Amino acid sequence: MTERLAEVGISTDVLDTPDRDREIMTVNVGPHHPATHGVLRLVVDLEGELVRELRPVIGYVHTGIEKSCEDKSYWKVIPFVERMDYVSYFFQMEAFCGAVERLIDLEIPPRAKYLRTLFLELNRIHSHLVWLGTTALDLGAISMLWYCFRERDKILDLFEMATGQRMHTRYFQVGGVIEDIPVGFEAKCRKFAEEMPIRVGQYEALLDRNEVFLQRTKGTGVVSRERLLELGVTGPLLRAAGEPWDLRKAFDYLAYPEMDFKIPVGTVGDNYDRYRVRVAEMVESASIVRQCLDALPDGPYIADDRKYVLPPRSELSTSMESLIHHFKLVTEGYRVAPGEVYYSIEGPRGELGCFVLADGSAKPARVHFRDPSFVNLQAFRDMALDSYVADMIASLGMLDPILGGVDR
Amino acid sequence: MPDAPGLELIRGEIERDCPGAVLATSYDRAQAALLVDPARVIEALTWLRDQPGQRYDFLSSLHAADYLPNEPRFGLHYELINRERVERVRVKAMLPDPGGEELPEIDSCVELFPTAEAQEREVFDFFGIVFRGHPNLTRILMPDDYVGWPQRRDFPVGGEPVTFTYSERRYD
Repeated sequence: MTERLAEVGISTDVLDTPDRDREIMTVNVGPHHPATHGVLRLVVDLEGELVRELRPVIGYVHTGIEKSCEDKSYWKVIPFVERMDYVSYFFQMEAFCGAVERLIDLEIPPRAKYLRTLFLELNRIHSHLVWLGTTALDLGAISMLWYCFRERDKILDLFEMATGQRMHTRYFQVGGVIEDIPVGFEAKCRKFAEEMPIRVGQYEALLDRNEVFLQRTKGTGVVSRERLLELGVTGPLLRAAGEPWDLRKAFDYLAYPEMDFKIPVGTVGDNYDRYRVRVAEMVESASIVRQCLDALPDGPYIADDRKYVLPPRSELSTSMESLIHHFKLVTEGYRVAPGEVYYSIEGPRGELGCFVLADGSAKPARVHFRDPSFVNLQAFRDMALDSYVADMIASLGMLDPILGGVDR
Repeated sequence: MPDAPGLELIRGEIERDCPGAVLATSYDRAQAALLVDPARVIEALTWLRDQPGQRYDFLSSLHAADYLPNEPRFGLHYELINRERVERVRVKAMLPDPGGEELPEIDSCVELFPTAEAQEREVFDFFGIVFRGHPNLTRILMPDDYVGWPQRRDFPVGGEPVTFTYSERRYD
């Protein structure tokens, strides 16, 4: 063929180069692509089917939430921060409210601690269900999405029952929670918590012996424990590599010290382990939900400090003082003495930290979120390098980034 | 967290090995912080990471804050964790504003903690703090051609004009 090309005067230099099998092609994936779980753009250098270099490009849904928070009084920041990582909104609320409570040194009542723990764990199951459904969908297991979203809907029903909203509930307040759980919630929640481990067993039955799923996940996307620690990766990704690091156990916050639960860890650190760890976490979370319901203490659900917490509605028509407090809190908000606090909790994706700097006014001078997706995304290059494109998609799903949290 | 005496012990040990690197300590709201000389922040971080018996080898967060109108104006926070003792310590470096078009500078800690790569870029993006030795110091969340440092306190909160099809004229 070379001779014939030469006869018609076409250069054959390209064909003769020894590197022509190793031609690198740069491909753009996203930002609008269903497998990127949001608006993540990947610039990938491919050699055939192999990923040789990878650069994630982020910032497509940056909305300047941290800057906007500086222009809002403390209590108005809560619905803002919920919208960062839009799948784990209770965690964002807890990180922010917890940081402000530490700034003003406000102790929350035991019932509020338990209610918060309860909703955090429901939210963790919800977040893992969204992850499991969408990731399995990426790997071709379409029915998983419907099963996972069936249970997710039950959690959203519970959220709606207690808070009036299915997503972005604004349920946590500085000082506790805004309302007590309604009559009938406990029974419904208990029924869900009893049912959830059975459902998890059904998911496992669908996936654990599915040859396609196993081939796509086992042995792919392996990153060593040491490298993950260097990259600051936390959460299920780190635990799948065998490091039992969980802030719920390490640091003392909310009602976790009173809860009896295990930390699932993996051994190899491949995508299969990541799947196993998250699925096992759902069972543990359901157990925490049950324990919260069993041990739910009586008493107030929000602290009784009128300088920071709204007075009960019933007092407004009888007490002048309550009315003044209510007016001051709603119009100006409360002032926070100068100081700074970094408070971090274990979110569904890892360490979710909130840094709040107070300058003495009624608005925070700086709100920063250490979002686990943002930091974990740095490990993606290590996971995908020198693997097939298909494995890259599997690794991205198992990484579970929420781009709203990455970009903020 | 190390308690207040524990923090002073750490300070004493750093003082022995790198005299003058730690300027002050603070123990506020059960959070321990070391205020370090910004020129020697790498020295202090290396000591905390590698010193046997300390091993603050996990950088959980790196973020900045603008303390305007205080001087020095910019504060860099390194949140370190010692996973064996389950303790946190914050290393804080305060940078003055050089004024004018000049940007404040500090050494990058990417070689010590690879996790800082994206977080230093984020700080650069929003505060205009330059990290010397960073492998790829470009904007990360804002557009590449953006002008200004939006998280600084003197940067106004305001709307960015959004152009939709057929509505470009309105923002002329």
